[in-house]
Amino acid sequence: MSKMTSQQANVLILRSAGTNCDRETAFAFQSCGASVELVHINKLLSGEVSLRNYHILAIPGGFTYGDDIASGRILANELRLHLGGAFKQFMADGKLAIGICNGFQILVKAGFLPGFSFTQNTPKDVVQDATLTYNDSGKFEDRWVHLKAEGSCVWTEGLKNLVYFPVAHAEGKFIPKDDETLRKLKENKQIIFRYCSSDGREPVYPECPNGSTDYIAGITDTTGRILGLMPHPERHFLFTQHPFWTRLEKNSDLGDGAKIFQNGVEYVKKHLLRG
Amino acid sequence: MIWRIEIYNKPGISDPDGEGVRKSILDLGIQTITKVELVQVYHLEGEINQADAEKISRELLVDSVTQQYSCRIIEGPLKISETENFHVIEIAHNPGVMDPVEHSAIKGIKDLGISGIRSVRAARQYRLNGALSSLERGIVVDKVLSNKLIQHVVDYNALEKTLSLPAHELSFKLAHVDLLDCSDKELLKLSRDGQLFLNLKEMQTIQKYFKKLGRNPTDCELETIAQTWSEHCYHKTFRGDIRYQYTDKGKKKTKLIHSLLKSTIVKATKKLNKPWCVSVFHDNAGVIKFDEKDNVCFKVETHNHPSALEPFGGANTGIGGVIRDILGTGLGAKPICNTDVFCFAPPDMAFEDLPEGALHPKRVMKGVVSGVRDYGNKMGIPTVNGAILFDKKFVGNPLVYCGTVGIMPKDKVYKKTYKGDYVVVVGGKTGRDGIHGATFSSGELTTESETVSSGAVQIGDPIQEKKVLDALLKARDLDLYTAITDCGAGGLSSAVGEMGKELGARIDLDKVPLKYAGLNYDEIWISESQERMVLSVESKDLKELLSVFTNENVEATVIGEFTGSGRLELFYHVSKVCDLDMAFLHDGTPKIVKEARWAEPKLKDTKIPCPSDLNQKLLEVFSHYNVCSKEWVIRQYDHEVQGASVIKPLVGITCDGPSDASVIAPKLDSKKGIAISNGINVQYGKIDPYWMAMSCVDEAIRQIISVGGTLDKIAILDNFCWGNPDKPDRLGGLVRCALGCYDAAVKYGVPFISGKDSLYNEYAQGNQSIAIPGAILISAMGIVPDVTKMVTMDFKCPGNLIYAVGKTDDEWGGSIYLDTYGLLGSAVPKPDPKQAVKIFEALSKATHSGVIRSMHDCSEGGLAVALAEMAFSGNVGAEISLKNVRFTGKQKRNDMVLFAESNSRFVVEVEPKNQKRFEKLLSGLPWGLIGQVSQEKELSVIGLNGESCLQVSTMDLKQAWQKPLKF
Repeated sequence: MSKMTSQQANVLILRSAGTNCDRETAFAFQSCGASVELVHINKLLSGEVSLRNYHILAIPGGFTYGDDIASGRILANELRLHLGGAFKQFMADGKLAIGICNGFQILVKAGFLPGFSFTQNTPKDVVQDATLTYNDSGKFEDRWVHLKAEGSCVWTEGLKNLVYFPVAHAEGKFIPKDDETLRKLKENKQIIFRYCSSDGREPVYPECPNGSTDYIAGITDTTGRILGLMPHPERHFLFTQHPFWTRLEKNSDLGDGAKIFQNGVEYVKKHLLRG
Repeated sequence: MIWRIEIYNKPGISDPDGEGVRKSILDLGIQTITKVELVQVYHLEGEINQADAEKISRELLVDSVTQQYSCRIIEGPLKISETENFHVIEIAHNPGVMDPVEHSAIKGIKDLGISGIRSVRAARQYRLNGALSSLERGIVVDKVLSNKLIQHVVDYNALEKTLSLPAHELSFKLAHVDLLDCSDKELLKLSRDGQLFLNLKEMQTIQKYFKKLGRNPTDCELETIAQTWSEHCYHKTFRGDIRYQYTDKGKKKTKLIHSLLKSTIVKATKKLNKPWCVSVFHDNAGVIKFDEKDNVCFKVETHNHPSALEPFGGANTGIGGVIRDILGTGLGAKPICNTDVFCFAPPDMAFEDLPEGALHPKRVMKGVVSGVRDYGNKMGIPTVNGAILFDKKFVGNPLVYCGTVGIMPKDKVYKKTYKGDYVVVVGGKTGRDGIHGATFSSGELTTESETVSSGAVQIGDPIQEKKVLDALLKARDLDLYTAITDCGAGGLSSAVGEMGKELGARIDLDKVPLKYAGLNYDEIWISESQERMVLSVESKDLKELLSVFTNENVEATVIGEFTGSGRLELFYHVSKVCDLDMAFLHDGTPKIVKEARWAEPKLKDTKIPCPSDLNQKLLEVFSHYNVCSKEWVIRQYDHEVQGASVIKPLVGITCDGPSDASVIAPKLDSKKGIAISNGINVQYGKIDPYWMAMSCVDEAIRQIISVGGTLDKIAILDNFCWGNPDKPDRLGGLVRCALGCYDAAVKYGVPFISGKDSLYNEYAQGNQSIAIPGAILISAMGIVPDVTKMVTMDFKCPGNLIYAVGKTDDEWGGSIYLDTYGLLGSAVPKPDPKQAVKIFEALSKATHSGVIRSMHDCSEGGLAVALAEMAFSGNVGAEISLKNVRFTGKQKRNDMVLFAESNSRFVVEVEPKNQKRFEKLLSGLPWGLIGQVSQEKELSVIGLNGESCLQVSTMDLKQAWQKPLKF
């Protein structure tokens, strides 16, 4: 991994037992010009590495601690209880975070997303505003889905309205705690991705692969700087990752997901790097 | 004090797991259960108060959005109110069976700042709504809810008893086995009773060795020898001598074969002498060159016996094992993809047709698929390719092949243990699991196997292995160890025995980290607990090595050293429990000559009239289990993690067409790729195993050619699964198959780089023995220079030309088509490698020059299936005329041309503007321009007589194809 520099966006990719999408997430950020470090949670807990030195925290996909008990549960508790304060400061410093698949589950279960309880309480008193639970199909599924981009988030600015990413999960059904939470998500434009049909209309299974409330696939916090989503944009970073690229006219080496990582890195350059 | 926490869904939250259980009960024919509710149960043992128990529930165990819970201290029997129409059954793991959830829960509780919990035990309670007789209840428990080898029904009257682990402290006592005075009969009894699976000659050799020493062996010594000499570890059949009797042109002949392996598989590779073969046959996996910096390696293993008894655990630990093979190749490779091939009995088999003691094939299939899904997905290794075959004879013996490809820097290929190196065991702790796995898989299964050999069954912990992988590759890149071996069958016994073969080793068994107290020294030594690796480490590197593992939360422990004494010396505290000469252990096996006889089966060619309605026949072929879509399985595997997939297992405009080979580009910044495929067909082997081998090699290669690979960089693996090799007829078929492998490898020019055999796949029931049909799996790996030139099998555009390349002959023996009539036939496909090579090379050239839009190989179901699959995968149709198909057979009839399964054939789509270029590339080869892609979603075929013989909607075909395995 390249060394941190003051000219580059510094990305910390969080690793733990069972993280497994760290390399391709690192590749995506590096390809956009970021300096990336894969950091084991032990190093953050021991203080050997500090969140302060990074601009972007990325929690990649995987099965942290085997998703034992429930997906992301154990790492979410570790983060909330031991690093909740540091994360609060990180966000207060205007920095960015992204959680993909298991990373999204972790952000939601730690209360960092959508963040209603988190912003109002000390980390130890935070309760979940929402959850990601078992797919209606009752099984793990790897399939490509169409997503409608909406809402307001740093990570998705200028993204095409309709994008195509794969999902690969067993616990991706998004459920808000109550109607009030859903109302707030809508009102604040915090819903960033919804599953849809290939022409952007209301989906049926398997277009919506998990039975999420309001077909929600990804959300942001109230600042628009944290993105969490079940689908994998890093798995459609390259054109040849598209499931039927052999049928398509090639316009670019990159796929639909590249823009998300570019946005993150560009935002850091514009707002967080000086000189 | 034991706290019991019950967690269930809030009203209105869907419960897909409960619904799945209900469906499985319905599959048993029990229709009374209307609803199944699932309750997750945790028992926490330790001194904590109510507030702590509530906090653990609320913040760790329960999802506050979807679940609610109750929490109480257990005092005395648990009162459950059951009625005639409401049944409560709770299932928990047996004491000592690994359950990763329990470890994670303990960690999670510590994170909450709560101490005082000694153990966590998880259970699942099923609340069944509906009437159930006590007989039915027993069936539901056995067939759906639990496997008694690893689980039990919780007894609510004695809850405390089932929860605490029987922690019997063991007092050490060295046991000797009285061998010196045994008669031959007693020797055999000893072998049988001790589950040693050694034959008389072997037992006599051991007796002689100890007579010379003037003492009896310890139990540990005898176990060690049995492990090392087992078929599973030593491959006696492939390495020993065989007297092979066969008939050649009507004359009876006999041939003595010294080492079947060396005279067929290895010989072919030596003869081909490919410069890109880096390390073949002497490591865990075969290694070939990938690019200037890295090599890739490939290994396929089987885990048949354990999967027959406990499908989830068997497949789970099977894939875990082959991944460790890759981690232990050279100085360690990074796994980059998995491939899995299964053979089951048909999932719709009637319960009354099951042999006693055998699990139903649908349950076996679901369990195996779940086991692979669980381990592969959690390890973050994409499962990119595979196959599933069905045949009634797999009923007691399913086949579960698991393969893994790895990548490693080219300076990490070789390893060497040095005198004085520490023996370090890393990864999981050692328990009583998997004892006798190696010897158990070297015998036949019987109706009693499930009780006698239950210790051989275990469950894996993929996250433990993922942690080992992460730490190991770090240590490798820092050069912190000199050699590495995985703990597979035989456990430490095999791993240390293998690494210390030349030098000798001294091990302190009491230093091995244990899961629980009470293990005997010999159990520690031969336990097959998963997720462990053994390293040899120079003393200067030890400190740094241990810290690399600690930083990733992986246990690493010094348990001994490689001594230079040439002996295997084991100690338990201060007592010596084993002292064996390594040379005897590894080379002391007596030479055994096995008898093999091959006689061609007397089969008649079939005479059936060509049916008038081929539409119906095609639909039947499409819904045949061996042809139909395997999407239900494929989707449950993460086939895209690591981001490297270029050609996925499902392709086409709606991502559900059946791809040929899969292609990955393992370095995301490079276009260089690897194509992976498998060839297997047991039907052909029923006619002639020689031609089965040939066809399987052809199939594996042509799948790689179909996606745009080239013949010059393809390496293959052999994997034999056969019946009992001590029976001459079974061994005769095996020899014939190996001879076919040799000829195929040499003639196609593709070297074997590694292989495996699993024998004794028979299920004994009373006096009868059901043998599996002999099976050879050929797995192929091809290096492709530029993945952006690859093609897929879906038709791309109406108006494009359709070619059939390769010649079709009267070869429908063993075909799917004949099988729909319940027939086997005799005219097995016989490939012509000389011509095949030319076809492969011409098509590779064509893909690389960009003239091919889509390509698909013809295999099961022949030309008709290939055409229709290409059409529905592209959401188009095809207009075809059979008279332009190059047909060289005598029985010129429409069904033969459509359904014969001749090898080396492809259907190719070419744009009209490239017609001349393409045809020029094919000059001198058999090909026909047989039609064009059409807008109309219909497969429309003009027969040999110029009249329409087939006209069927491609959507109907697709439906017929998708339906059978849509569980």
